[in-house]
Amino acid sequence: MKKWLPYIITGLLALLPLIGLSTYMMHILILVIMWTVIGMAWNLLGGYCGQVSFGHAAFFGIGAYTAGILYFKTGLSAWWGIPLSIFFVSVASLLIGYVTLRLRGPFFALGTLAIGEVCRVTAENLRDFTQGTLGIMLKERTWIDKTWYYYIILGIAVFTFISIRKIINSKLGYYFVAIREDQDAAESLGINTTLYKTIALILSGVFTGLAGAFYMNYMGYIDPEIVFALHDISIITIMVVMVGGVATFWGPVVGAVIMVLLAEMIRSIPRLGVAHQTMFGILLILIIIFLPNGIVGDFSKIRKFFRFGRAG
Amino acid sequence: MSVQIEIFLQTLIAGLLLGGLYALIGIGMTLIMGVMKIINLAHGELMMVAMYIAYWLFVLFHIDPYVSVLIATPVMFFMGVAIQKYLINPVMKVESILPENQVILTVGIGMVLSNMATIFFTSDYRSTPVDYASNAFYLSDYWRDSPIELSLSIPWTVSFILAVIITVSLWFFLTKTDTGKSIRATAQDKDAALMMGVNVERMRVVTFGLGAALVGAAGCLFIPIYYLYPALGGKFTLIAFVITILGGLGSTIGAIIGGLILGIFESMTATYVGMGWAPVGRFVIFIAALIFLPGGVAAILRRHKLGK
Repeated sequence: MKKWLPYIITGLLALLPLIGLSTYMMHILILVIMWTVIGMAWNLLGGYCGQVSFGHAAFFGIGAYTAGILYFKTGLSAWWGIPLSIFFVSVASLLIGYVTLRLRGPFFALGTLAIGEVCRVTAENLRDFTQGTLGIMLKERTWIDKTWYYYIILGIAVFTFISIRKIINSKLGYYFVAIREDQDAAESLGINTTLYKTIALILSGVFTGLAGAFYMNYMGYIDPEIVFALHDISIITIMVVMVGGVATFWGPVVGAVIMVLLAEMIRSIPRLGVAHQTMFGILLILIIIFLPNGIVGDFSKIRKFFRFGRAG
Repeated sequence: MSVQIEIFLQTLIAGLLLGGLYALIGIGMTLIMGVMKIINLAHGELMMVAMYIAYWLFVLFHIDPYVSVLIATPVMFFMGVAIQKYLINPVMKVESILPENQVILTVGIGMVLSNMATIFFTSDYRSTPVDYASNAFYLSDYWRDSPIELSLSIPWTVSFILAVIITVSLWFFLTKTDTGKSIRATAQDKDAALMMGVNVERMRVVTFGLGAALVGAAGCLFIPIYYLYPALGGKFTLIAFVITILGGLGSTIGAIIGGLILGIFESMTATYVGMGWAPVGRFVIFIAALIFLPGGVAAILRRHKLGK
């Protein structure tokens, strides 16, 4: 049963548009799947390789701007941005890794945070290239209906899921976990930690970039404040994984569902809408104190708690 | 030519004054980082809270921002103590896969603080209309035939001098008092300090309070010369972090020098490249420091046998 679970879920998700959901429901589903992709990508670097990044907005934004600038400057379809973003995000990740991977632990986290901000300020100031804070807008979106967008992001998500699963179960994955557990020990066992950390960063960046390029096509509008946002992208990415479960396959999926639904719910309550960051902050604090490994990672803890409640 | 020199010197002075205040922010972060080995990502948000305290004291009770240093600093100290005691300490004891949990926790605290400020005080830009805000000393007033004209804004100068006084008294606290010595011992080697009878747990709490108090004082000094809005915290957290990287992790002297370098560099970028690029200049310095000067200023000092 467990072995077939991914296929069953993918199959169900593929059939879902056939039952005629409303546009709003489709939008939520697309967002959930998009955040799953970003969460899985972050989890590869943060959860398995132990390099907590606070700057995944950089990869997301570079992916989105690859598609956006391609469309804006050459007039080609922004969909070409998805394959192209793989190249551009890899190069950017290589450079970012060269600078930030010298740092360890929390310092790496802040280094990436700064890189994310550098990207945002640069995008704001390079007006000839990125239109600055005006942003880039698609003149017309490819489809009015959301079904195709849904299948495309589902395809990306399945591709990401399979790739990451393959990577984690390969030798590469074991190297990553070794680096997370003890970098010095890994180094002394002959693992080239810099090389493997860079590989993890590039892989993670590329998957995030794919989601970014998709976002450009789907939303039809980007500006630096949206795609390079610290709180709305980088921190939410971390929260998706923290809430769902660090270093688990299903954690990002669970986290994305919870976070997107929670965001939509809070936003729909009129007076509470402004307080959504407070809610997220409190949720983050509670999760870290009580379920440090996330809902999936600490599932046994939750089960024990409820069983105890029933017995008492 | 003399205009060029004038602009240069004026920029240098502005940078120096700004750098003094930056140093104060940086020291708070460096202290916390040195003792607890965690980065306080809510640092700028704590400063924002102090700025709102100073702002409301001024608006409601007409207390001068410089006087409210005496009020806001203790308040921030207790706030820091509470955060450390009730939020960070419990997390330090919990086992988890990622050791960075504490850093992520401070992000959560920062989010709550800045969002609360937005809810209660709206996201309007505010500033305290102190009546000396635009007063300045002019060089020509004192030296009539001076070939160049320089001005020194009064609030900037007062803030700078107060920042220096606070820094010097902190230095005395850290080197001369028992508590200060215990804090430094904890930063150097937690286990050895524990063996020597230092109450490490309590030092952590005190340090976090001290760091919060320092950044709170910096907030009060900033308010006569700066405007205030809830999202300002993130910007200053980054500044504090850049300073600590530039100065060398956990080094107080490094943080002072790093703050001055950053202040001067920023003001130079703003004058010679363009206002919008000042934040980029900040990050250029940050990345350059990471690549060419991994140990920060502290490493250079150590190499030349200066400092400790």
